[in-house]
Amino acid sequence: MTVDHTLDKLFSGGYHIKKDGLVISGFGVCHGQTVAIIGTIDHAAIGIESAFTLAAAVLEVIQHFPQRPILLMVDTQGQRLTQRDELLANNSYLAHLAKCLELAHHRGHRVVSLVYGEAVSGGFFATGMMAERAYALPDAQIRVMALQAMTRVTKIPLEQLDELCKTSAIFGPGITNFVRLGIIEDVWQGDLGNCLDRALRLPADYDNRAELGCERGGREWAAKVAFRVRTSAEKA
Amino acid sequence: MNLAEWRERDSLYEASARRRVLGLLDQHSFQEILGPAERITSPHLEQLGFPVSFDDGVVIGSGLLNGKKVLIAAQESGFMGGAVGEVHGAKITGLLQLALISPVTAVLLVLDTGGVRLHEANAGLVAISEILHAAFRVREAGIPILVLIGGSNGCYGGMGIFARCCDYVIMSEEGRLSVAGPEVIETAGGVEEFDSRDRALVWRTMGGKHRYLLGDADRLVVDDIQAFRAVAIEVMQKPKPLSLESILREHQCLGERLVAYGECKDAFDIWKKLGIPEFGAIPLMDNDSFHAIVKPYLPKEGTEEETEHDR
Amino acid sequence: MIELLKFEFPGHRAPMRPVRGSAFAGVVNSGNLEVLIESADLGGSCHVEVKTSANGFRSTWTAVLEDFFARNRFADIKVSINDFGATPAVVSLRLDQAAAEIMEMGAK
Repeated sequence: MTVDHTLDKLFSGGYHIKKDGLVISGFGVCHGQTVAIIGTIDHAAIGIESAFTLAAAVLEVIQHFPQRPILLMVDTQGQRLTQRDELLANNSYLAHLAKCLELAHHRGHRVVSLVYGEAVSGGFFATGMMAERAYALPDAQIRVMALQAMTRVTKIPLEQLDELCKTSAIFGPGITNFVRLGIIEDVWQGDLGNCLDRALRLPADYDNRAELGCERGGREWAAKVAFRVRTSAEKA
Repeated sequence: MNLAEWRERDSLYEASARRRVLGLLDQHSFQEILGPAERITSPHLEQLGFPVSFDDGVVIGSGLLNGKKVLIAAQESGFMGGAVGEVHGAKITGLLQLALISPVTAVLLVLDTGGVRLHEANAGLVAISEILHAAFRVREAGIPILVLIGGSNGCYGGMGIFARCCDYVIMSEEGRLSVAGPEVIETAGGVEEFDSRDRALVWRTMGGKHRYLLGDADRLVVDDIQAFRAVAIEVMQKPKPLSLESILREHQCLGERLVAYGECKDAFDIWKKLGIPEFGAIPLMDNDSFHAIVKPYLPKEGTEEETEHDR
Repeated sequence: MIELLKFEFPGHRAPMRPVRGSAFAGVVNSGNLEVLIESADLGGSCHVEVKTSANGFRSTWTAVLEDFFARNRFADIKVSINDFGATPAVVSLRLDQAAAEIMEMGAK
């Protein structure tokens, strides 16, 4: 779905966004509540300028619209891959963006994300994965890295990776895997406005993804190992 | 530095993760959590034909730093490139969660990693995100997180983003900190965009000296575990809590960076713009000379809060 | 593929020192291995378990381990190894490193 089509379905009360390159920001009305909209379009590659613009949008909400919930619209091909981005430290810009979102959360803004297009590694990490809960549309594409690049780095044959994608939730792109691992809370279908409204009513929890991954059977060890570390002091 | 001085150093770069931990903490104070005997190994590597490691490549535990209780984690650079898998990541997340339960003065993270362990793909990505969320809770509680970077893998990928979400980044010249690695950039943009085999270029772009000059590393030390330890002791009781003021200051700095250096093609251009004399010789300068020469030209205000460059 | 190899050696009747706890050496990078030695109640025997990515070398492992147990007078220990294609020389080195550490611990 295009961003406008998605926003139409989310905000029956209307919405308004401005575009700054491939970064969008604005607000929409959902079930009578005004929600800030911040995100990217066209599978944006997030480099230093985009990360900075996204951060500025978050800071604007924090400074001018206290307590306003934030919906992160995620469509990114990952971090931009240029020498210039590394020279000026894209990791710092992405970290800054993550810190802005953390600050928003700390100051009582509900932060929810929706993968409506693509979500890839660093780009997803600093945006959608910083939300309290991340959601996705049924046809969203999430991945860590393209298989061709993965085979080059790991030296695992492409055929073997292809096979793993079919059998292992740890490996394959595809929304069902990410739901099973607890990374995506739920898939939004039908009345998207209702979905968003429900999400904003959920309690603002601690990070429950490991527990979710365990419950859903996709990722059992993360929760168990963290638990063992936390309780190790009791034995000491 | 002469041969005698080099021999005296307790190189962090050369040391194993366990050796780094023992060298950083007060003698005989380290108590390992989920050590090798517990056999907490990766459930995903065997199906790919890769051997596991009994500690999944990360050493965690508690100990004393200058008499104060700390928690520490150190990634083993040799195992899977220090990359973060499900169990490896959960050990670090659990450690950060433990910091909230038991009273500690600081958390030390000796990072030496390529980022997500691709062999565990999706689980690795969320593992790093969980580390980040747990770290924010620790910072919220006023406990500083110190990131130490000086190993052969550098600190890349999601962990390169994570590092800059912590209170302090302490690097040696040998260390590197970035998000995309040299090979990834070359694959994406060709060798004209970035020649990953040009070591001097890699270190100019992502290495400790450059990150320090940009203001992304709070301290630059020699490759000596005792030098890292001394800085850790110095800052371990000085958390830098996230606040609107500190984030706005950082926003200002990062905005100025885009304006000041947005047209720069190479680190030399940035160092020249900083006004540093002999900027061309920076890569060759030893630590003492480097600090003496660059001191007057460092960014006055650091990111998030004033760094103590002037000390 | 990861191959699992198990070995049992008769413990030495007069072990050098009593072994307590566990000791560890090595890193699992290419051409290397990690060795974990633990005291265990095995009625005097020594057990070895090897998980290796280099398949088909059982006889080489047997030779290296026989040599190790001839050099080190152990009883009631369990040796666990994760191997990433180390040469016999490197295997011996890591075994000796772990052995030295556990004997040092026993001496305290």
